[in-house]
Amino acid sequence: MPDLNRTPLFDLHIELGAKMVPFAGYELPVQYPLGVMKEHLHTRSAAGLFDVSHMGQVVVWPKSGKYEDAALALESLVPVNVLGLGEKRQRYAMFTNEAGGIEDDLMLANMGDHIFVVVNAACKEADIARMQTHLGESCRIEVLQYRALLALQGPAAEAALALLAPSVAEMAFMDVAEMTIAGAECVVSRSGYTGEDGYEISVANSNAVDLARALLAHPDVEPIGLGARDSLRLEAGLCLYGNDIDATTSPIEAALTWAIQKARRAGGDREGGFPGADRILDEMANGASRRRVGLLPEGRAPMREGTRIFVEGSDTPVGIVTSGAFGPTVERPVSMGYVETSHAEVGTVLLGEVRGKLLPVTVAEMPFRPAQFKR
Amino acid sequence: MKYTEEHEWLRVEDDLVVVGITAHASEQLGDVVFVELPEVPMTVTKDDEIVVIESVKAASDILAPLDGEIVEVNSPLADEPGKVNDDPTGDAWFFKMKIEDLSVLDELLDEADYNKFIA
Repeated sequence: MPDLNRTPLFDLHIELGAKMVPFAGYELPVQYPLGVMKEHLHTRSAAGLFDVSHMGQVVVWPKSGKYEDAALALESLVPVNVLGLGEKRQRYAMFTNEAGGIEDDLMLANMGDHIFVVVNAACKEADIARMQTHLGESCRIEVLQYRALLALQGPAAEAALALLAPSVAEMAFMDVAEMTIAGAECVVSRSGYTGEDGYEISVANSNAVDLARALLAHPDVEPIGLGARDSLRLEAGLCLYGNDIDATTSPIEAALTWAIQKARRAGGDREGGFPGADRILDEMANGASRRRVGLLPEGRAPMREGTRIFVEGSDTPVGIVTSGAFGPTVERPVSMGYVETSHAEVGTVLLGEVRGKLLPVTVAEMPFRPAQFKR
Repeated sequence: MKYTEEHEWLRVEDDLVVVGITAHASEQLGDVVFVELPEVPMTVTKDDEIVVIESVKAASDILAPLDGEIVEVNSPLADEPGKVNDDPTGDAWFFKMKIEDLSVLDELLDEADYNKFIA
């Protein structure tokens, strides 16, 4: 596959029998010999190791040396409370645009004298440019090009990682810590993208293979590909940028209002002050015309991305599925998508168009499977 | 057993043609999570879409390999789609067809041809 980037774990993926596919400009494992279904179930019952090195890792250094200055600068791009984030704590955020849409979603962490940011692979060039343009005056933007990112997810993740680094057991969900693991300097956060307890580990490319091998040596840990990563995050109700959120969907429409803390809302200490604040604060007060909801199809037929949603007796769609697949843990098809707010109440029965047939689908709470985080 | 380039196998049993998908196809599809079978009897023309199967990856159609009449479907598959991965050439047949002239099967691929085709 020409012109595709490879992560430092490429040779290891091949050795493990992975099927490689192009994804966001990288050649990445979609599955290993275990297969998508078993990889999914293994992550939920034991632990899965994911190579997410394609994601962008960026450090925002305040030129003043003060976290506050970097935090306030970054708050001009995201509707979240960066200033009030505790030291060594991580938070979910999104870059918004002037129209109130989402340019990317990200994780940011207060590292004391800098902010550590993780962004999506497909958006990273734009995100870096955005930060350089808007934060360049008060901050230096350092792109960590030579660092890999591994995710260890599942109920056995703590025990497996604690064998190499005992202090990870003390971390709570969304804590971040710098530590040495198997001789390598790492930045570890207790977070992930599966709805399971687990960790994401940033490590130098030169140490990534050794660390991955050390984790895979544990009998509970299996390598997991992008296929299971997608079904795991879907059961967990988590958005995939480009599918479930994009430049046209506002955080309110996307049901991400929880990610906008009080300090940035109307009446807060630092109300607004982010791109698209007019629309976003207005939707917060007055509601949005559509909302991202969970959708449970009746029967076994998955309703996939692009499935149009109707109400009985009308041929004008009221919604569309943005992600949909079979959920191996819940043992049924699950979808998420946008529906007009008047049809978005949990329990509402709508119709999804599958191969020309209208099949019942019910608006449902997300996550489809309760999160297993260690608070 | 005979094969098509659509990765179906065909086997004659009691003058009916039994149709399923090959082990190679089931591996390529990945874990099958949904099978939709037609109402029978149903008169079909070669390449009509007969069965919908969905794996964890995507939806695919199983086409009629020949002109004829579908007289029976393997109904339990709808409740146990995973059988398509476990036993694609045995238990997980999809449908049985009545065709006018069984000699048309001679024109399909034999096992050696099919193995060459997927190599």
